[in-house]
Amino acid sequence: MAGPNPFPGENNTGHFWDDNLRELNNPPPSWWMIGFWASIAFVIGYLILYPMWPMPYQPVEGDGFTKGVMGWTQIKEYQEGLQDLQEMRAQYESQVAEKTAEQILADPALTQYTLASAKVLFGDYCAACHGSGGQGNPGYPVLADDDWLYGGSLAKLDETITYGRKGAMTAHKDILSAAEVDALAQFVVNLSQGNATDEGWALYNAKGCNACHGPTANGVLAELPGGEIVSVGAANLTDAIWRFEPGGLESAKHTILYGVNQAGVEGTRDAVMPGFVETGKLDPVEVKKLVVYVHELGGGK
Amino acid sequence: MSNEQIDKSTAAEELYAEAAQWHVNTGGETIHAKRMPGKWRTIKWVSAALWILFFIGPYVRWDGRQAILWDIPARQYHIFGATILPQDFWMLSLLLLFFAILLAVVTALAGRVWCGYFCFQTVWTDVFTWIEEKLEGQPAARRKLDKAPMDFSKFRIKVVKHLVWALIGFATGFAFVSWFVDAPTLWVEFFTGQSGIAAYATVALFTVGTYVLAGWLREQACFWLCPYARIQGVMIDRTTVLPTYDFHRGEPRGRVKKGQKESERSTGDCVDCNQCVAVCPTGIDIRQGQQEGCITCALCLDACDSVMEKLGRPVGLIRYASLDELEGKPVKPLLTRPRVWIYTAILLAAISGILYGLTALDPIELKVLHERAPLFATLSDGSIQNKYTLKILNKQNDDLEVRISAFGPEGMQLMGADEPVKARNGFVSPAIVFVKVPRKHMKAEREDIVFRIEATRPDGQVIATERTSIFIGPKPRP
Repeated sequence: MAGPNPFPGENNTGHFWDDNLRELNNPPPSWWMIGFWASIAFVIGYLILYPMWPMPYQPVEGDGFTKGVMGWTQIKEYQEGLQDLQEMRAQYESQVAEKTAEQILADPALTQYTLASAKVLFGDYCAACHGSGGQGNPGYPVLADDDWLYGGSLAKLDETITYGRKGAMTAHKDILSAAEVDALAQFVVNLSQGNATDEGWALYNAKGCNACHGPTANGVLAELPGGEIVSVGAANLTDAIWRFEPGGLESAKHTILYGVNQAGVEGTRDAVMPGFVETGKLDPVEVKKLVVYVHELGGGK
Repeated sequence: MSNEQIDKSTAAEELYAEAAQWHVNTGGETIHAKRMPGKWRTIKWVSAALWILFFIGPYVRWDGRQAILWDIPARQYHIFGATILPQDFWMLSLLLLFFAILLAVVTALAGRVWCGYFCFQTVWTDVFTWIEEKLEGQPAARRKLDKAPMDFSKFRIKVVKHLVWALIGFATGFAFVSWFVDAPTLWVEFFTGQSGIAAYATVALFTVGTYVLAGWLREQACFWLCPYARIQGVMIDRTTVLPTYDFHRGEPRGRVKKGQKESERSTGDCVDCNQCVAVCPTGIDIRQGQQEGCITCALCLDACDSVMEKLGRPVGLIRYASLDELEGKPVKPLLTRPRVWIYTAILLAAISGILYGLTALDPIELKVLHERAPLFATLSDGSIQNKYTLKILNKQNDDLEVRISAFGPEGMQLMGADEPVKARNGFVSPAIVFVKVPRKHMKAEREDIVFRIEATRPDGQVIATERTSIFIGPKPRP
């Protein structure tokens, strides 16, 4: 500004507005300024220490940045953390790998570890169809109950997860008359309510249903001495659980008419579970963990 | 310029002239306060001595371990006989509430008692300046020494002072860490390089923090860092008793004239000796009235009283008084003020909550998580099955074998609970159990079920606890 300073001796910056409004030169407290410069010094150190600056020269695609000094990076911290975790898990993992599913279940601590570990696998590979807690979905079996198409023993579960399953039932629309289909469907409903008739049983046996669903219609063809069952995956018709939603007379009729997994038959039921080992999705140890997990969902035998 | 404008600009100039008198202490100069003996000085030493507990507390033993130990890695907090786990931490919120309200009630009644007598910033600064005085002399000598050029004797004095300060800082940090790890073990491990990085970092932080805050920042921490100093203005009122200068008695100030008789004196009692300013650790002038810089340490009371005694005038020119009292307004008795009652009620509620919590600490705790996916499973035989995860928290000092039982709908069957669960002390042990109920016994979609756990302690005493959960099934058939 022109002219002499109208407010001499008060340490102003020489900036004036409206005659007497002026800016004074009051520096912040020295401890504050020390903190300020210390922060800047810290940032400079940090910028050198940590890999962060993009550089125009890229020896490898995506590699153009300063590498920092002392090799400190967050990805390294993550990897170290992961390694710590794996070391902690190692004692359990080696046991799980060595022991059989039966042996794991005999050890409460190891069972706990296996359940916690398999929960992740179950979420990744099983929950999409069978539900997050094995509660099933329309068309996909419940794993939390004790009704098993192929058996709920540890060995059978292992077999199921390893190789997968594919159900099969002939479509009877061209084989049976409408009256016969009606009668059989009614018989299946009666069975589940515990009041099947002799005529029903006669028709059931005459039409060969027992070939798959078994002599007592519980889906079991034979029981081996060890308790293991022989089945082809046909549903247990005597219980209250329906393989295909929504269950009941019409649903049963539909299944009898169009069958299960029948190529070229429109309306046929789908019942396929992929194998998880041949496709490389799971290794045998992971399968073992899942066997334990599924067995403990509520209905393992 | 019109006359009106000139008036305005003159008024503004007067304001600026007045503003120039206000001195804002931003730490540009070190405050070297004078020390004077007196009643309040003694009280301050006694209250400061409470901090000795901070240093010796960790060495008190109880039941073969440290009496008060905040064991963070093990997530266990020992206070004499009681062991507090994170699950009981709701008591901490009550404790914080208690102290927050205590601070409010004390501030409302008697101002910044905490700041003046108990705050670590005040106490440590007091000790640091006491050391400074012992090494460098009275305030005048200290100012002279600060200005003097560096020579061997100044260098020696300063080095000793800073070393002693740093040592106190280290002792402070070490005492702090001793509350979190076994103190005798810490002594061995710390000095043989075996302590954890957290211990070294904390001690280092406290050493530097104590040295900087009590040695260098001093009253600046109270002025510019402490939030409590900033909110005290809304916590005190006209009835709050604070160290106050009695301006009715004191003004107009006048120096004592030689030979003048007391009866001929036309001035007030204040002789403008500035002793109250000289002793103030925050460097304020109490005669300017209540202000945020005052930490109510009452050292100016001692200073003024000693002057008054020498001059034969009545003491108490600066005294603990409220604004109302000073202005001659009637002083409300303490118990007729509603805020006293409200504060007391909150304090009582908080303290009774803590007492309840401490007496009702369960030896074992049970949480029952009902499986939600699926809510229930229908089994082949038509019965309904629910899955539960029991979380058993063992607060005892020994591992326990916990037996599980359940009471619920008719015909229910508990599965997976045949073997007792091993519950490690101080940990949560999960147990998965299933409950099966025949469908015909399901009277509603949802029924209550009570889980009970019990265990026998090594001394033969049986401890048990129960928790109610639900059993869920399909809608009953109409």
